[in-house]
Amino acid sequence: MTSLLTVSNLSVTYPTRTGIVEAVRGISFQLGRERLGIVGESGSGKSQTGRAIMGLTPSPGVVQADALSFSGVDLLKAGPSTWRDMRGSRMAMILQDPKFSLNPVMTIGRQITETLRHHENVSKREARRRALAMLEAVQITDPERVFGLYPHEVSGGMGQRAMIAMMLVCGPELLIADEPTSALDVTVQLEVLGILDRLVRDNGMGLIFISHDLRLVSSFCDRVLVMYAGRIVEELASADLSKATHPYTQGLLDCTPKIGESRHPLPVLERQKEWAA
Amino acid sequence: MAAIEASKPARRRRVRGLAVNFGRFAIMLATTFLGLLAVTFFIGRVVPIDPVLAIVGDRAPASVVERVREQMGFNLPLWEQFFIYLKQALAGDFGISVLTTNPVLEDIRNVFPATLELATVGTLIGAGLGVPLGVVAAVRRGSIADQIVRIVGLIGYSVPIFWLGLLSLLLFYARLKWVAYPGRLDVAYEYTFTPITGLYLFDAAWTRQWDVLWDAFRHIILPGSLLGYFSLAYISRMTRSFMLNELGQEYIVAARAKGLSERRIVWFHALRNASVPLVTVIALSYAGLLEGSVLTETVFSWPGIGLYITNSLQNADMNAVLGGTIVIGSVFIAINLFSDFLYRLLDPRTRAK
Repeated sequence: MTSLLTVSNLSVTYPTRTGIVEAVRGISFQLGRERLGIVGESGSGKSQTGRAIMGLTPSPGVVQADALSFSGVDLLKAGPSTWRDMRGSRMAMILQDPKFSLNPVMTIGRQITETLRHHENVSKREARRRALAMLEAVQITDPERVFGLYPHEVSGGMGQRAMIAMMLVCGPELLIADEPTSALDVTVQLEVLGILDRLVRDNGMGLIFISHDLRLVSSFCDRVLVMYAGRIVEELASADLSKATHPYTQGLLDCTPKIGESRHPLPVLERQKEWAA
Repeated sequence: MAAIEASKPARRRRVRGLAVNFGRFAIMLATTFLGLLAVTFFIGRVVPIDPVLAIVGDRAPASVVERVREQMGFNLPLWEQFFIYLKQALAGDFGISVLTTNPVLEDIRNVFPATLELATVGTLIGAGLGVPLGVVAAVRRGSIADQIVRIVGLIGYSVPIFWLGLLSLLLFYARLKWVAYPGRLDVAYEYTFTPITGLYLFDAAWTRQWDVLWDAFRHIILPGSLLGYFSLAYISRMTRSFMLNELGQEYIVAARAKGLSERRIVWFHALRNASVPLVTVIALSYAGLLEGSVLTETVFSWPGIGLYITNSLQNADMNAVLGGTIVIGSVFIAINLFSDFLYRLLDPRTRAK
């Protein structure tokens, strides 16, 4: 397996008035052209991990690592302009809620062509053609109409498809999807996941799928990292989910209801101090 | 074909929607004006100023006072007076100014352009500098630049403008001789230059009298800058807070993830969104300046509407005061409408579907 992304001992810290907050505490993993899921509860550092890889850790956050390289580029030594050139064209990120992550005063078409025209020297017409093709690729049936719509004029599922189109239009090698379906209806979730799945497979992208939904991640990804309090507590192949050994992962799995099972009393996840060590 | 047939009722519906909107708008405008006229009229009648005495003087015999009172219609019931006033006002007749003996409307036509010109220059300076300063302060929050903008703004907002006006006259006119003395033009031009609209900068440029343009510029630049400084203080603070709000939004993260440059993110994505509420702020500040900044107009001998109304008020010239108030009120309404229109233009979410 050729490694697309190498992360070694990555940590993200935030200095605050009451001391240093360690959001991510020394995690390591490798990613090829595969689908990797990162699961964890809120505050476990999964989103911070994604943002650190994109170079989008907000100030005053500090990112440290022994190694952080992306298809041959040492990200630790990359300057802001190298980051900028790679973001959007070689690595991209999908955010949670299209209601907030699309610019409300720009049409969808304009936001897609903006990515394209920023990274590639294409004419207006060519950019429009490719944006329309991309909208079609995310299974929007009337791309011409959606191209001219504003984000508030489309549904959540449609908005998230536009977001995917905007991020994938330059054909990146790595896609980080940060809870891409959490804000969507369950019925729409599957559609969007299906689209994402197909695009990732067809283009041979590496995918990091960040979610708090263990079942969803395991059905969708090849491999799952379980994070807790800024650390990776367990790494599993999706097929081996039932063989999880860490009590936190087992606890999460226990919490998912099964049809026909009596659930009295409800299982409760009891956190142990040593998990966070 | 089906599409064409389907679009016909859609268009009719759109036209009807437009008509309904326009009707609603006209009714709103009419009631606002009626309210404005009523309030100014009754305030004018309630204040303890006798407009008759203002004309005949306090030593006139009682018979004369009575006759003039009847001539002016003050013996009629109040509602009838209001009705007459309404009829005259709608015909554009606000009576004669006691002070200048001209029709009030003519007086206002002379003084309002002076204020309009000054307020426009002030707002252009205030918004032109205030918005970028606010943006920089927001982007570099907590830095030295932010502190400097804060202090500059605070001084502009809290130091009395007449004091700043006098000091700046002392420095820039008396000492450095960079600008011209108070007034709108040099005396030499005042009798040779015939204004068209009353906006001297515009008139001079229109008639290609470049020396007059330069002179008018030298006269307006100091009071304009002071008013601009005053509004800059407010506009930069508001810009900063709107920008901080926008820069914290998710779509900014998305824009960064697209690889856009910081400059484009700040000046295009964030500012474009911040400009929606900013329009209201700038419009209100403009409207505030258009009410006539009495202090600035006094210090700089600027024959504007603020000075006019203040003079009329001190001389119990009620017709002029009421007329001036109505003009200011109308300007306020017009600017509000304009900012509503801009708001709709800038924010697609407020546009009617």
